[in-house]
Amino acid sequence: MNSILSIILKRLLIGLLTLWIVTIIIFAAIELLPGDIATEMLGQAATEESLAAFREKFDLNRPVHERYFSWLGGAIIGDFGISLANQRPISELIGHRVANTFFLAGYAAAFAVPIAVVSGMLAALYNGSVFDRVLSSSTLAAISFPEFFIAYILILIFSVGLGWFPSLANVDVDMGLGERLYRTFLPAMTLTLIVLAYMMRMTRAAILNLLALPYIEMAHLKGIKRWRVIAVHALPNALAPIINVIALNLAYLIVGVVLVEVVFVYPGLGQILVDAVSNRDVTVVQAACLIFAATYILLNLLADILSIIANPRLLHPR
Amino acid sequence: MYNLSHHLKDAPVSAWIGIVIVLFYAVLALGAPFLAPFAESASVGKQYMPWTSPHYLGTDALGRDVLSRLIYGARNTVGIALVTTILAFTLGATFGLLAATIGGWFDAISSRVVDVLMAIPPLIFALLILTITGTSVIALILVIAILDSTRVFRLSRAVAQGILTMDYIEVARMRGEGMFWLIRKEVLPNAAAPLIAEFGLRFCFVFLFISALSFLGLGIQPPTADWGGMVRESAKLISFANFATFQTATFGLAPLLPAGAIALLTIGVNLVVDWVLHMSSGLKD
Repeated sequence: MNSILSIILKRLLIGLLTLWIVTIIIFAAIELLPGDIATEMLGQAATEESLAAFREKFDLNRPVHERYFSWLGGAIIGDFGISLANQRPISELIGHRVANTFFLAGYAAAFAVPIAVVSGMLAALYNGSVFDRVLSSSTLAAISFPEFFIAYILILIFSVGLGWFPSLANVDVDMGLGERLYRTFLPAMTLTLIVLAYMMRMTRAAILNLLALPYIEMAHLKGIKRWRVIAVHALPNALAPIINVIALNLAYLIVGVVLVEVVFVYPGLGQILVDAVSNRDVTVVQAACLIFAATYILLNLLADILSIIANPRLLHPR
Repeated sequence: MYNLSHHLKDAPVSAWIGIVIVLFYAVLALGAPFLAPFAESASVGKQYMPWTSPHYLGTDALGRDVLSRLIYGARNTVGIALVTTILAFTLGATFGLLAATIGGWFDAISSRVVDVLMAIPPLIFALLILTITGTSVIALILVIAILDSTRVFRLSRAVAQGILTMDYIEVARMRGEGMFWLIRKEVLPNAAAPLIAEFGLRFCFVFLFISALSFLGLGIQPPTADWGGMVRESAKLISFANFATFQTATFGLAPLLPAGAIALLTIGVNLVVDWVLHMSSGLKD
């Protein structure tokens, strides 16, 4: 048990170290802005007093390392400072948007994960069948189609053509869960279609690798039924790669959300990030990038740790 | 040359489809000024004209001919994606091969830098950098090339490391050949096939990436015709579409045409890449 604990601790430390370096990179972005940020925001005509007031307000007078630590300390407790563009607290601007983004990603995952795992296993079992070939070509479509292409096809069919779902996913805070699920159905389907093929393909590959191993052949030779070989012999060993596949794709989903939110005008974190980039509202960009990057890194970390834990060979060392 | 024509004769149907698609786009991109009926960004009619002669795919919000803009889009979008990919490849492959050959501190440092760059999702990283640099074509090309070179670095380093353990490398080293001779004469020829396939995959990724940024309004800027930007400009039309008549249905197709143009080229390149990978892995059906 000791070896597995030390492996997990080591991975955890590397993950946290990566996260820390990434916070430094994101913070450094504001320092790299060409010229003086106060002059940049207020224009050349700004008076000395207004420049001084601006520096005071955005805390630009202290040395870099002090500002970094107070920014990081604030970020950990959810206080990201104030927006450069409209001078409102960032946590107020993005608070409910972060929840919306995670809601959408979770909604999509609730469809994508079960469908992908079951059909990936079926494709591995009936390797080379028609079903398996359809799956291969759908992967080609998934890696080739831009996200907005899938989104607009869905809008054209289900919103414009059939009129079943709204094409704009405008949700607000006091909307009931049912209404919310209905309005965000098309964006959730778009995200599902984007990650589904990857997940199926990776699950299929993980199971196929296992089925080629000698102990599975041994089980077949002993005359055990096919489903029992899969459920009792293969599945415990397939768990680690499948969990890994799921977590990696969830990380991908969180980032894929940005484009889908813009297409469906969904009030999420991705949309405010894109707006902030075009307004060059650096503090908001930093906050949004930090949340996206941290989620991505932590999900990757989770994927690694879960697959270490789910590995039977590490759980029962000889 | 004999080798190539020999391989082409044995190529499967899917590879042929891919080759035809890629060639079609190449002709469009190179011959844009001769093939396009109207100029790239000239207003040549009223806004949103129907799909009839002389504007076979109608006009956009500023009265520009959509067909001409689609054709010029092939040149702009594909051209910028190609330049970016070549830059990413030169950067990634050079550092990857050097890291594998030199090893030691050089390998350690460049590998750690790549690890950190890859820890942040590329779209998020690109948005962060574009905030600082502002949106210009040069910034776009440099940012995406650097972010994408990390993937090329990983692959070329791994491939080169595999080759460097071979006996003929040992012999060449004992002969006293220099490092650049080793890379040029021994490593590169043996790493060519996987690197060519990777070039195709990286191109698809960069092409989709640039289109996505243009769609968000942060990539190639108007009035330059670009497919991602065209999807963005015509997106609102989709809600005016209905399938009662052909002319009203075309509103719905407006954003799908440039988006479909992106999808089709990516499929074509992927089909060719699959074939190259299949050949280089030495598998025969």
